[in-house]
Amino acid sequence: MNKMEKALHELGEMDDLTAMDSPIHRLSPLAKLLTAIIYIIVVVSFRKYDLSGLAVMLLFPVILFQISGVPVRTCFYKLRIVLPLVMAVGLFNPLYDRAPLLTLGSLPVSGGVVSMLSLMLKGLLCLMASFLLIATTPIDSLCAALRKLHLPSTLVTLLLLTYRYVGVMTEELAVMTDAYHLRAPGQKGIHVSAWGSFLGQLLLRSMDRAQELYGSMLLRGYHGHFHYAPGRRFGLWDALYTAGSSAVFLLLRFVNAAELLGRLVVR
Amino acid sequence: MIEFQHVSFSYEKERSVLEDLSFRIGPGESVGLIGANGAGKSTVMKLALGLLSGEGRILADGIEVSRANLADVRRRIGFVLQNSDNQMFMPTVYEDMIFAPLNYGLSREEAEQRVDKALGQLGLQELKYRHNHRISGGEKRMAAIATILAMEPDVILMDEPSSALDPYNRRIVINTIRGLKQTKLIASHDLDMILDTCERVILLDRGRIVADGPADEILRDRELLEAHRMELPFCLAGEAEEKDPGSGL
Repeated sequence: MNKMEKALHELGEMDDLTAMDSPIHRLSPLAKLLTAIIYIIVVVSFRKYDLSGLAVMLLFPVILFQISGVPVRTCFYKLRIVLPLVMAVGLFNPLYDRAPLLTLGSLPVSGGVVSMLSLMLKGLLCLMASFLLIATTPIDSLCAALRKLHLPSTLVTLLLLTYRYVGVMTEELAVMTDAYHLRAPGQKGIHVSAWGSFLGQLLLRSMDRAQELYGSMLLRGYHGHFHYAPGRRFGLWDALYTAGSSAVFLLLRFVNAAELLGRLVVR
Repeated sequence: MIEFQHVSFSYEKERSVLEDLSFRIGPGESVGLIGANGAGKSTVMKLALGLLSGEGRILADGIEVSRANLADVRRRIGFVLQNSDNQMFMPTVYEDMIFAPLNYGLSREEAEQRVDKALGQLGLQELKYRHNHRISGGEKRMAAIATILAMEPDVILMDEPSSALDPYNRRIVINTIRGLKQTKLIASHDLDMILDTCERVILLDRGRIVADGPADEILRDRELLEAHRMELPFCLAGEAEEKDPGSGL
């Protein structure tokens, strides 16, 4: 199996995750989307030195992983490419902010280190929340929920078509890569000199396909917007889940639960 | 019903793709459109659907194919593309099938009924909620035909419906086409399939009609076919060899 085929296989695995059955999977997509958005906003709003407060927010994805049955291992495996990039965001903070903020035993820890860890944790939490959302919600239901939140139709259509065609384009790329390697034995990867024509070919093929696809849409009455499946209605449980989760997030944002617990234990 | 009246088309001024094309396909007829590469088969299809516009007059069910009537024309004509991946653009088969009925103003319940009817007609019920990128090529082709049937069109145009299919799936597609009651125009190089599904054939060469008649006659005329860069269907080539050993087939 080459890299492209592996990518296709992984895409199929995401469909399998959304097809699972759990209380989280059964929630309305709108409830899951709203909760994820509120969670991300709350996580991002934590102050840069509030590492202990932020750590408590880890509870939400952990609980969701448990209830939904989505394997944590799968999450980290799928995020393996983007995770290091997100983690790298605060890498230079220790160089700029050297003032000691706290001491661990006799070891002083600078503000830069704390803010770096805080940024890393924020990135990790946001990625986990996003992953859980797409692993428990089929793409069409997610698009329907996005439209309910009045996200522009063009953006939602782009998301839907990207999801549908990323596999097809990957297949196309796999065929081109195989054709290249069959005529370039022993060569590792694709030589820099061929990158231009590779990308050019892929772009041309994408344009041809896009044109035919658009024609196909027009022939079936497309006039600017998609009719998404209504999906599960936003019911009482969905309202309770969204309101309850949001209330807990806000509470954890303004009351440092870790610190409170620490004080209780120290007393 | 589809009618072409003196239709010409060219992408560039000097090189015409179609020249003075006239033919009429009556209700319920099944017509094969054959010709070598570049003969103009796909262009005929695109003109009939209003994806291209040329000179002359094209009528679909009595309505002139023009910018003003496009929605009306396209509601009546279903088009099965050669590449099913380009046709099936929604994540699942169900969503693809319900796309056109909803766009044409049907309620979700009515549209669902049409989807179930079309799937039942082709025996594809188990594909309904499958993801388009996870079904086989043969299943995708059948699902593409089902999406068109859900529109309940009067006319179905098909571009190479049997291409890239294994013999088993090809036979399923052929049987399906034979079972469709609508008026059909099928463009293909697969002359055996045309012989199986069409009673009439239009032979194009370099944008002109060179023969229009019963499929059984035209597809048996080796001289005519070879003069226009075609060959006898495989199933008839054996017959011809028996009658005329050493004919080179």
